[in-house]
This record gives sequence, C-alpha cells and structure tokens, in this order.
Amino acid sequence: MPCDGGSIVRPKSFYHAQEKRARHRRLIDRAFRWLGMILTVTTLGVLGVLLLNLAMNGLGRIDWNFLTSFPSRRAGEAGILSAWVGTLLLMVVTASAAIPFGVAAGIYLEEYAPKNRMTDFVEINISNLAGVPSILYGLMALGLFVYQFRFGQSLLAGGLALACLVLPIVIVATRESLRTIPSSIREAAFALGATRWQAVWHHLLPYSTGGISTGVILAMSRAIGESAPLITIGALTFIAFLPPAPLIAHAPFVSGEWLFSPFTALPIQMFNWVSRPGEEFQSNAAAAGLILMVITLSMNAAAILLRKRAQRNITW
Amino acid sequence: MASFPPSPSRRVDKMVEELMVWVLRAGGWASVLVTFGIVVTLVKESWPFFEAVPFGRLLTDTMWTPLFSEPQYGIGALLAGTLVTTIVALLVAIPLGTILAIYLSEFADAKFRDWVKPMLELLSAVPTVVYGYFALLTLTPLLQKIYPDLSQFSMLSAGMIMGIMIVPYVTSLGEDSMRSVPMLLREGAYALGDGKLGVAVRVVFPGAFSGLAAAYVLAISRAVGETMIVAIAAGLQPRMTINPLESAATVTAFIVQVSLGDLPHGSIGYQSIFAAGAVLFLMTLGFNLAGHALRRRFHRAT
Amino acid sequence: MNSSSPNPRAGTEPPTAGSSEAIKVQIQGLSFFYGNHQVLRSVSMDVPALKVTALIGPSGCGKTTLLRCMNRMHDLYPGNRYVGRIVVQPDGTDIIAPEVDPIQVRMRFGMVFQKPNPFPKSIYENVAYGLRLQGVNQRKELDEKVEKALREAALWDEAKSRLHQMAHNLSGGQQQRLCIARAIATDPDVVLFDEPTSALDPIATSKIEELIVELKKRVTVMIVTHNLQQAGRISDMTAFMYLGELIEFGETNRMFTNPAKPQTEDYISGRFG
Repeated sequence: MPCDGGSIVRPKSFYHAQEKRARHRRLIDRAFRWLGMILTVTTLGVLGVLLLNLAMNGLGRIDWNFLTSFPSRRAGEAGILSAWVGTLLLMVVTASAAIPFGVAAGIYLEEYAPKNRMTDFVEINISNLAGVPSILYGLMALGLFVYQFRFGQSLLAGGLALACLVLPIVIVATRESLRTIPSSIREAAFALGATRWQAVWHHLLPYSTGGISTGVILAMSRAIGESAPLITIGALTFIAFLPPAPLIAHAPFVSGEWLFSPFTALPIQMFNWVSRPGEEFQSNAAAAGLILMVITLSMNAAAILLRKRAQRNITW
Repeated sequence: MASFPPSPSRRVDKMVEELMVWVLRAGGWASVLVTFGIVVTLVKESWPFFEAVPFGRLLTDTMWTPLFSEPQYGIGALLAGTLVTTIVALLVAIPLGTILAIYLSEFADAKFRDWVKPMLELLSAVPTVVYGYFALLTLTPLLQKIYPDLSQFSMLSAGMIMGIMIVPYVTSLGEDSMRSVPMLLREGAYALGDGKLGVAVRVVFPGAFSGLAAAYVLAISRAVGETMIVAIAAGLQPRMTINPLESAATVTAFIVQVSLGDLPHGSIGYQSIFAAGAVLFLMTLGFNLAGHALRRRFHRAT
Repeated sequence: MNSSSPNPRAGTEPPTAGSSEAIKVQIQGLSFFYGNHQVLRSVSMDVPALKVTALIGPSGCGKTTLLRCMNRMHDLYPGNRYVGRIVVQPDGTDIIAPEVDPIQVRMRFGMVFQKPNPFPKSIYENVAYGLRLQGVNQRKELDEKVEKALREAALWDEAKSRLHQMAHNLSGGQQQRLCIARAIATDPDVVLFDEPTSALDPIATSKIEELIVELKKRVTVMIVTHNLQQAGRISDMTAFMYLGELIEFGETNRMFTNPAKPQTEDYISGRFG
C-alpha cells in the first residue's frame, strides 16, 4: 500500500518485487558470511592439522638424546645437536649483519634521504629485493661469498646469505615504525637545537623500538626456517662435529674460527631426513619440524604481542 | 660581528652528525649492493653457459639434461614444471585469498579480524621445508586415495600446499586495499539498496582493484620462486609435461637438485644452476616491478 | 643599523627593565621562497625587546612562515630560500646568513607549536632536554633549571609530585604549559608561539595567555594567532599580514582602534579572513 498521497500510484507487484529482491540479497549475504567463516576456519585448520601431524609423528622422538646427539646413519640414534648449534650460530651472524645495516638503511631513507630519483631507485630496489626468491640469495652467496671472498661453505657465508635475505624486512619495519611518529615530535626536537642525528638517537629510535624489534623478530624467524639458500651454498653435508668454540682459554679469549667452520642447520637436517626412505627417518623429520615450528610460531606470536603492546603504549 | 661564537660542544655534534650521515647512507646503499651482488654473480657465473649453448637449443630441445654426456638444453622442461605448480598454487590462493579478504574487510567484525589476520599470517611463517614434508607425506597419500595413479611426487600436491602458503599474501594486501576504499563509495551503493556482497563485488572490489592486482602479482612471484616445497614434493626430474598429476622439476628444484651433489667451481653443473637462476631472476623481477607499480598506483589513488 | 638599538646589552645576561625600549630583532626586506613559490614579500619590521608582538592575518598570509623563518625551521625541508636579513640585537647577527648555524639560532629562539607536542618521556626529561642539548649535565644544575622553568610556566605546583611520570598523562593545557617550560628552560632570547591555544579549551587558553603576558618580563615574545581577541588581550605590538606582505605594523591599541590601512580595517572588523 503506497503510504503517501503522492501522485505516483504503483501496483502492488512493484513492492512485491522489491521485497523479493531485498530478501534475495539478505540470503546471499548470509550465505557469503557462512562461506567466509568456513573458509577462514578451514584455512587456519591447515595450520592445526600441520602441527597435529608433526606432533603425532615426531613428539615421541624428542628427548634428551635427540637434542644432544649428532646425525647418524641409524635413525634411532640420530639427533640434532649439530643442527641446532648451527642454527644458533647462523642467527648470530645474520642478526649482527642484518640489524645494523637494516636499521641504518631504514633511518636513512625515512629521515635523511632527499626526495629524488636516486632515492626512488633505492626504494624500488628494496621492494624488489623483498620479492627475490630466497634461492637466488643462495646462488649469490655461492658465487660471491663461497668462491669470490673464499669464505668457503661456512657459517659466515650462510649467515651473510640469510642476512641479505632478511635485510628488506628489517628496513621496511624500521621505516614503518619511524613513520608512525608524528612530525611534530621531530620539530619539537629540532626547535630546541637538536641535530638530525640527535633527534634520531634521543627520540625517534627510542620511540620506535617496539616496531623495529617486531620486524627484527619476524626477520629472524624467517631466517631460521630458510633452507634453500643454505643448500645452494653446499651446506647439506654430514656434519657430526661442532664448530670451534667462540671462547678460548688463552688471550684474546675470543676466536672467530667458528665463522669459517662448515655447518648444518635445523631445516637442512629436516630436509635431509625427509628425503630419506623409511618411516624412522620420517619421524626424525617430524621431530625436527615440530621443533622448527615451535620456534618460528612462538617468535611470530611474540612479534604480534609486541606490536600490539607498542601500539597500546604510545598514543600520539 | 656576523656570527655567533662557535661553541666547542657544537663542533662535536656537527662532526657526529656528518659521520652519521655517512654511516646511515652506507646502510641504504647496502641494499643496492645486495641487488648488485645478485645480478653480477648471476651474469658472471652463467655467462660461460649461455656462451656455450646455442640460444635456439634452449627453445627447441625438449629435455633439460645439461649434466649428461649428450646434454639437452630445453629449458622449457623446467619452465613447464614452474608453470604448472604456479598455476595450481594460484588456483588455490587467488580465490581463497580473495574470498577471505572480502570476508574480513566487509563482513567480519573488527575484533574477529584483529584476531584472525595475524593467525593467517602465521601460514606464511611456516618454514617451507615443513610444508614440503606435509605435502609429500600427508597430502599426497590423501590425494592418492582420490586419484590412485597420482605419482609419489606430484606437482598437484606441491602446488596446493604452495597455494596455502601464499594465501596470507593475497588476503593481507587485498584486505588492506579493500578497507582503504572510502566509506562514501560504499554508502552510495547501500543507499541504492544493494546488499553487502553486492557492494563488495560491485564497488569495493573494483575500487581496490590495483591493490588486489598487486597482491596477485606478488603471489605469482612467490609461487615462481618457491623452492623447498616443490623440491621435496614435486620431484627433481625435469620433464616436459603439463599434467599436474605427474612429477616434474621446477627451475628452483633443479638448482636444489644440482646443489645436492658435488659442485666444483666452474663445472658445467655449476654454470647451469646460475643459468637457471638468471632465468628465475628475470621472471620474478618482472612480477616484482609490476607489483610495485600497481601498489604505488593504488596508494596514489587513495 | 645599530642606531636603532641604542642599548649595547651584555651578551647572555637576562634583560633588565631598562632595556624595554630596545629593538630585539630587525627584519629587513625579508622574502622567502619555497621552490619557485614566493611566500613572503620583502617584509621589514622591528620587533621590540620584552614585548609581545602578535602576527595576524587570514590563513595563507605568511604569518606562520615568517615565524618559522625566525628559528630557521624551514631549513629542515628542501627547496627553501631566504632573501634579506633578520638581525638579532644586541650582537647584530644576521641569523639567516648562510654561514650562520641554524642550530645555534634555534638554541636562542624557543618555539611553542600549535598542538602540544611533548616527547613521550617524563615531565622532567621533557624540560631538561634542551638543557642537555646545550651541554648542561650536572644533576643539581638541571634540577634547579627544570624547577625554575616549570615555575615560570605555572606548572610546578601541578607537576612537582610527578616529575618522573610520563608527560602524556597531563591534560592538553598542562601539556602545552610543559612545552612552554621546555622552550624557556634554556633562557632563549625570543620565544616564538605558533597559535599555541588553537587546540585548547577556553580555560586552558586563558591560562596560557596569562603566562605569555607574564613571560614578557623576561623574554621577547612573538605569537601567531588566528584569534583577534587574543591578539588584543595579550600583545603590545601587532603586525597584520596579507598575501605574504606586511600591511601594517604598530602598537596593538592603535591598530585595533585606528588602523591606518583599509585592508587592516576590513580584517579587524571581520569583513574578511
């Protein structure tokens, strides 16, 4: 029934059709809502199934011996000692190269770089670098670090390859967290007579540590799980020894010898076991995979929490 | 008369400032140096390969066996593997990623989204070797129950898992760009009586298209360059086939396969992986630059 | 030039009441460009010492640009070009001369911004920061100067019990007074205010205004304001700017009651702007 006395009088069927169409739309919306919900849960479910699968096949293998034994031809006696030590030392190399260079590059691009073609070029370069397949970093490391610089198939070469790989992550995280600081804070510092570096060192860096550490954690978690670049430099060998200790008994008490030691790492050890026939080796692989997953997922969770807290603590 | 008396502490500050500009600029250039290192290494080490192999044979040979005594150089055999696994991955990632992006941006409430988005991003944080394990030892046996003649190594299984891995790239970037479509445009369509999905498909999707396209292009680049999943689950034998049920090596898997063996500097095997790497670099460079341009265009539009 | 500043006051001594007739800053033929765009057109004025000088005019007239020339803030962004001179008395330094270090200029010209912008640090550290930049490191000296600045900014009583709490816990008006304390802690010659009350409620605004009037006993004040009543209430001198030019400059009372130029009269009577 038309409710006003307007001049247009429409047949009942017109409103009927409108109502039908509206009901149709509501139905479609509700169907899509369900579809979206189901697909979200399914997609996340893959993660759950993955973890469950690893736990079922691998949890039984994880014990003290597994953590403290070298790899072995007999699956039951094999362990991941050289693998986790290798991963740890690789991360030392990666972090000490990627963090200073990445943060410096982020600061330079965000706070110093003039707006010109050169800067544009550097930016395009970084965004491309973030998309370069990881195995190409391995090829670069093979040609450049292993042979050209004669580092050999060492922790140094592997760690630097991973550092190059995660450099864009650190740069982007640094830039993004600097960008959240309002320009009025910079102006306040400059107006009091701070140099640009003083503004960065006294203010911008301290206020963006939350965002930068989030990025660094994500970068490290990415590096821990990478295997392709390490395989390319030839790290997939049987390593039943540990690199020389970084601390020694005589002066100068520290030694860089370990940097040039051959190594293996967790994901490589896992790949090694995956590609062997036999269920026993596969449960070794599952155990190594479970440990890898726990490390990377908890690092990611830490990063998420840190980001949330950083957002909550500082409101501009 | 003309100037303030220079203060000694100011002189130190000035020196520090100048020093730091150089230090920080060096950091910026380090990233350029890495690209430079990749390009120079690839060109230098693959040069002898491309010099020795007639260009025509790259295209006309049907097999890729550069290490055999009678070598064949049909790089198409590797590209086929990359093409098929990439297509399978995209068939999973693009529809799934897009639907999730629409759902999270237009339908889900903010709390749910804040909780789900980081969870989804965990999918791209899983080490790829773990995905490879999962594809080979869980998904393939499962798929074999449906297709009994699926081989133990299959591009289908590897591609599907790869698709799951790149879903977060599509969803995350896609959702960001959809949410930055101004509310006003949505309201225009709502005011005409359109439903939520209608608005999403007819207004938000086109409005965010260059952002979504960037997400798709970057997803392609990821899939083309992914290594461990295909090396573990799709097989290491180069084969000129487009049947996803078969096994075939991708460009990346070939590099892994050769790297597993003994690889003296300057040998034909050594040169051939750099040649494959150069091809891979060119492909991903194209996608990355296109993705960068699309994302820029999107940022400028909003 | 020295004829206009008959008072050769010793360098950094706080000014005394006797110098109130002196000129603090002489702006001479100042033009300013951003790229090819000319924002200021040959502005000349003598800013008297220990007075409040207000810069008024419609949006885009160049008043904030002029204020930001005074502490060389424009140097932070590319494409700036100064023409002319800004001479600070008593030493006669032209602060826009290229050989003059802008950072030393900023140490002598304090600035308070439109929106309160305290650092996300403690109240104490906010005030102490400028002092630290100028090499004050002794705890005792810092404590004294921080307290003095907070007292002068009428914030001491509210803040003394929580000096080491975050500045962001203060209210908007308190934050702005903190920014004033931060700007005056280093004993600058001139304090520049860029619409300091535009983000504040009326009560907080009147507190800031009282503070500015109080401050001129000790420092020269320049203030950009959109609010004509505010200019009338607190300033001794007023400069009216329009399209990058200084139209009229004189004593506030005279300007508001008997403007010499028709544009000034139009603006003051609310016919445009």
